[in-house]
Amino acid sequence: MTTAVLAPEAAAVAARRRAMAPGTYGIVAISIAVIAIMAAPIVLSALASIKTAADASAIPPHYLPRTLSLENYAKVVGFQAGLATYVGNSALVAAMTIAACLALAAPAGYGLARFAMRGKEIAFLILLAPIMIPYQAILTPLYLDFARVGLVNTHIGLAIVHTLLQLPFSIFLMRASFETIPREIEEAAVIDGCSTWQRLTRVFLPLAVPGLVTVALFAFINSWNEFLAALIFMNRNTSFTVPILLVSVRAGKFGAVDWGALQASVIISIIPSLAVYLALQRYYISGLLSGAVK
Amino acid sequence: MSKTRSSGQWRGWLYVAPALLFVAVFVVIPFGQLIVMSMTDRSLLGGGKFIGLMNYIRIWNDSGFWRALLFTVKYTIVLTPILMILGFALALLTADNTPLKRLTRTVVFLPVVIGLSSSSLLWFWLFDEQVGLLNKLLVDLRVIAQPIVWFASADLAFWAVVISITWKVVGFGMVLFIAAIQSIDREILEAAVIDGAGYWRRAFLIVVPLSRRIILLATLVSAIGSMLAFDQFYIMTSGGPRGQTFTAVYWIYQNSFVSFRLGYGAALSIVLTLIILAFSTLQIGLTARNEAT
Repeated sequence: MTTAVLAPEAAAVAARRRAMAPGTYGIVAISIAVIAIMAAPIVLSALASIKTAADASAIPPHYLPRTLSLENYAKVVGFQAGLATYVGNSALVAAMTIAACLALAAPAGYGLARFAMRGKEIAFLILLAPIMIPYQAILTPLYLDFARVGLVNTHIGLAIVHTLLQLPFSIFLMRASFETIPREIEEAAVIDGCSTWQRLTRVFLPLAVPGLVTVALFAFINSWNEFLAALIFMNRNTSFTVPILLVSVRAGKFGAVDWGALQASVIISIIPSLAVYLALQRYYISGLLSGAVK
Repeated sequence: MSKTRSSGQWRGWLYVAPALLFVAVFVVIPFGQLIVMSMTDRSLLGGGKFIGLMNYIRIWNDSGFWRALLFTVKYTIVLTPILMILGFALALLTADNTPLKRLTRTVVFLPVVIGLSSSSLLWFWLFDEQVGLLNKLLVDLRVIAQPIVWFASADLAFWAVVISITWKVVGFGMVLFIAAIQSIDREILEAAVIDGAGYWRRAFLIVVPLSRRIILLATLVSAIGSMLAFDQFYIMTSGGPRGQTFTAVYWIYQNSFVSFRLGYGAALSIVLTLIILAFSTLQIGLTARNEAT
């Protein structure tokens, strides 16, 4: 009796389990192989970075370090103007990019989400311009304008370029965050006599913290990693950002690549983005989905 | 309620104004300057004489540009399906929320957040014919007899970049497709199981059709990224050998910032913008339709 009653239910549970998952052992084996392939480059690079300089340039190479050494890292720390300068440049540009994205995108998202605007379509069209006009295309006029006003080789100059790259995404994310906040909360603030600005700062911003975190996260990672604008706008040795440092480490001194130092600088360059991503993974994925899908 | 909405049509504009001003000053005006510049013979030394559409006529006859554009299109046409198919396969593999699958997902996605310059240098090292561990691995596994010199041939260099970029961004499509799979009504899949539909039938006859909009969007985003490729080629191939791996953006960079043919570089940039515009209009159209529903 009991089995007869349970059977359909058990079948349904089994069906639910199997709804989109094939057999188990094969899946485990494939998953482990995927993890190994995807992790290997980073793991091997990390291992190469702690070899001695001679071992890192050995021909043929070894997979594992013979002796552990921080020689390569020491070399990168003392490279040209010093690692601290380059990391400082990148960090400052990223911080300015985050600040500018938040300062511009939060009010803009609020305006678009919460006000009836005549000609809203025109505002949309202008705000989408950075997507329709790739920044790669306007680097020359930007460079000439920046040269005229002394913004080449400055943190602000590069942060401006990184902000315009990030702005459409940031605005649409903020608008989406503000749209989900219930009307009733806004109405209560109106009854309390809050101005529209007070409503933004006291009601909307505290409720949109996840959106703000996501905007800041993307601004950081994309600014930290950006290459082409940094290559063009930061052309003085002391103003290089980390991605440009990598290329000059490879160029080395006498044409021969210092492979150990190169791997040490690669590892240094990826640690901040990996750490920030792993700490805020949830925000990153949700941001990616709303950015690309919505 | 009516108060929040009718408190002046201009108030919303006030909040949007700073962002609009920023985009106007740093995107719209430079684009205007770009159009003007594209009709001059401006170089680093000066110039700037109006020459009408001469630069555009020159583009028509610039075999280097056409080669770079064709190379970029080939790169996009080869890479995009690889990324989409592998991304979809990985999404099918990891869509359920078991600990192992979550770990797989996280590891596959890690390279997406690291810089393109970092990943390109990492792979430049792995592919090296003397110290590269990929060559060593292939030799040890007896796949090849001796290390391959990847960057001495345009074809091998092309595939080296394709491999490195696949590793770098395959997680992007995967994450979008996982979201698509997870948003499918479980009951549809369960009903299909009960009806005896096998795994692959469910994957291709239910999951793919129901995810088609996300698949199209991911394809567009990927294709736009590939059409604008620069970092990976600048770092891994330097456009070589013999200029056979220049991309469209790389060709603009060479003209504008290496040879300082600013007017000509501007005209090339306009052509590139028009090409990208076709893709991004489609992308924005798809996005807008999603918002309307």
